[in-house]
Amino acid sequence: MALAFTIFFVIPLVFVIIVSFWDYNEYQMIPAFVFRGYVESFEGCYTRLPELCTILATYLKTVKLCFIVWLITLLIGFTVAYFLAFHVKSKTWQIALSLLCTIPFWTSNVIRMIAWIPLLGRNGLVNSALIDMGLVTSPIEWLLYSEFSIVLALVHLFTFFMIVPIFNSMMRIDKRLIEAAYDAGATGWQTLWNVIIPLCKPGIVIGSIFVITIVMGDFITIGVMGGQQVAAAGKIIEVRLNALQFPAAAANAVILLGITFLIITMLNKLVDVRKEL
Amino acid sequence: MIKSKTVSRRTLLKGAAGFAAGSGLITGFPAVHSAEPKVLRYLGTAVNQADEISKKLFEDTGIKLEYISATTDDVTKRVVTQPNSFDVLDTEYFSLKKLVPSGNILSLDAKKIKEFDNITPVFTKGELPSGKKIGDQGTAPKKVMFLEAEGSTTFAKEVTQWVTLIPTVYNADTLGIRPDLIKRPIESWKELLNPEFKGKASILNIPSIGIMDAAMVMEASGVIKYGDKGNMTKEEIDKTIATLIEAKKAGQFRAFWKDFNESVNLMASGETVIQSMWSPAVTAVRSKGIPCTFQPLKEGYRSWASGFCVSKGVSGAKLDYAYEFVNWFLSGFAGGYLNRQGYYSAVLGTAKANMTADEWGYWMEGKAAAGDIKAPDGTVLEKAGAKRDGGSYDDRMGSVACWNAVMDENDYMVRKWNEFIAA
Repeated sequence: MALAFTIFFVIPLVFVIIVSFWDYNEYQMIPAFVFRGYVESFEGCYTRLPELCTILATYLKTVKLCFIVWLITLLIGFTVAYFLAFHVKSKTWQIALSLLCTIPFWTSNVIRMIAWIPLLGRNGLVNSALIDMGLVTSPIEWLLYSEFSIVLALVHLFTFFMIVPIFNSMMRIDKRLIEAAYDAGATGWQTLWNVIIPLCKPGIVIGSIFVITIVMGDFITIGVMGGQQVAAAGKIIEVRLNALQFPAAAANAVILLGITFLIITMLNKLVDVRKEL
Repeated sequence: MIKSKTVSRRTLLKGAAGFAAGSGLITGFPAVHSAEPKVLRYLGTAVNQADEISKKLFEDTGIKLEYISATTDDVTKRVVTQPNSFDVLDTEYFSLKKLVPSGNILSLDAKKIKEFDNITPVFTKGELPSGKKIGDQGTAPKKVMFLEAEGSTTFAKEVTQWVTLIPTVYNADTLGIRPDLIKRPIESWKELLNPEFKGKASILNIPSIGIMDAAMVMEASGVIKYGDKGNMTKEEIDKTIATLIEAKKAGQFRAFWKDFNESVNLMASGETVIQSMWSPAVTAVRSKGIPCTFQPLKEGYRSWASGFCVSKGVSGAKLDYAYEFVNWFLSGFAGGYLNRQGYYSAVLGTAKANMTADEWGYWMEGKAAAGDIKAPDGTVLEKAGAKRDGGSYDDRMGSVACWNAVMDENDYMVRKWNEFIAA
């Protein structure tokens, strides 16, 4: 385990960090210890104040999207998990309904994203329906290639990652605790808030880590659903890679890793996952 | 691990791979035995990788192609980092500025290319067969086609015996429009930023090509007069990107596209009515029964060209049939095939022999088609009487204004492009 961890994670990561300090030209990397990758990434951050520089604007946008997606997936994921765990009585139905949640994953990621276009487009199903019903006179443009469509697609893709760990936590809750709360005169909401949510914390945190790390690094969904017009932290890395500017890409990867790590650490401060498991 | 002053990515990756695997060296050059079947690993974008071509090649020469397809950017990445993972490379001229200095490309001997003297002068001299000079801003093929000597990494200014890339296919690109939705003539690149098409325009999000389309727009609208569109100064890049950002913030663009199919979907669904486009994408929209024009514009075309390089890892018998393959490709069948898709072949004479007179008239001479024009797979592209957008070869290639480019300030341009996407 430790060996696999070292070979597949620690060593590549060390390489990325080393390379991020190298210099480069059009076609090769030059071993050195320079901050070019980092300095250029933060280009204009000070001189252009109060306007935001590219990297800050990009990260702000990514973090914002990440927060919205996290909040919505948490609400939906928790509700679905709650329903599965407490309202569905038979094991068979629980399994059947859980499998139902995996249906979106039966097709490839790309197809799922492309499928939104005929639905949300200017001449898509939603707009045609709204116009036919007389609710709007001209098509709503922000349905597609906007932050709305990005959030919609991400929520659709990743809610499942929230459902599974929360459902798992809920199944471990001793049913007698809920009965005890009921006997002690707690209302449904009080039971939810004081008994179930605290006991689900590890599931919530694990689900949140899944969703946050995936969304922070995602650039394909954001690219397709945002019409390539919305920047993402991962997109910066991809563009630098494609231009063969590996050290600059590595520097950006290290920055992204740092920020994601910071968010995860904060979450861990709230709940000690290891202890709770 | 770091011994020499500069380490190519390939050396680094080899070292890393060896280290991770705990084994010793990964040896480079694969041994080639003449008794082995004639197999060539063909790395490139999917554009030229047609089954018909590989089948016909096998029939004629017994060479078997193993297609490895990747995006333009990934092809370049692979050549620089893994030169032994392919034999023949299909790439664009503008990539050569990155590929040749990396030392991973074999210099090819022009004397071994049978049709070399018949390659259109568009490549060798930057002029039409009629002698008319065409635009050479950007990475025009003649600038990077020849080397000073065998194995050299310096481009020669004149024609020499040592060739970097044998051209096969090229075209002149312009804006695609939906004439049914625009309902008026479009004559200039500047229309891309016309507020009339607010929320209905698109540009491609591949920096080295998108910036050239942007430059055509800027120059047409009089915002900037470039010294050389294909080699901008930092100030020119700043101004170009600033204007693009302004347009983006005003909501001019519906989306950017990166992939052939994205551009087809945007146009076919009516999300955009005017955008950067590639010729086969226009054909694809039209084949759905949706009107789409590859609009000739008065400022001219942005051109591109691609062809074959050979990996430096190829030698001996394998090199012989790499040459055999390139010679076969220029001998006509493939040329006719490409011409019928709306591209142009590098050796026009041999392609003509493989096309009907009507096909040649429609695709190359700008004449009205006498019968239905069919794609190589037999689907009808145009009904009898249709004329090609932009007209004849001389009209289209003669109006080339610039070529896809890698600029001296490429690094800076890529950073500014990121700023445009983030704005």
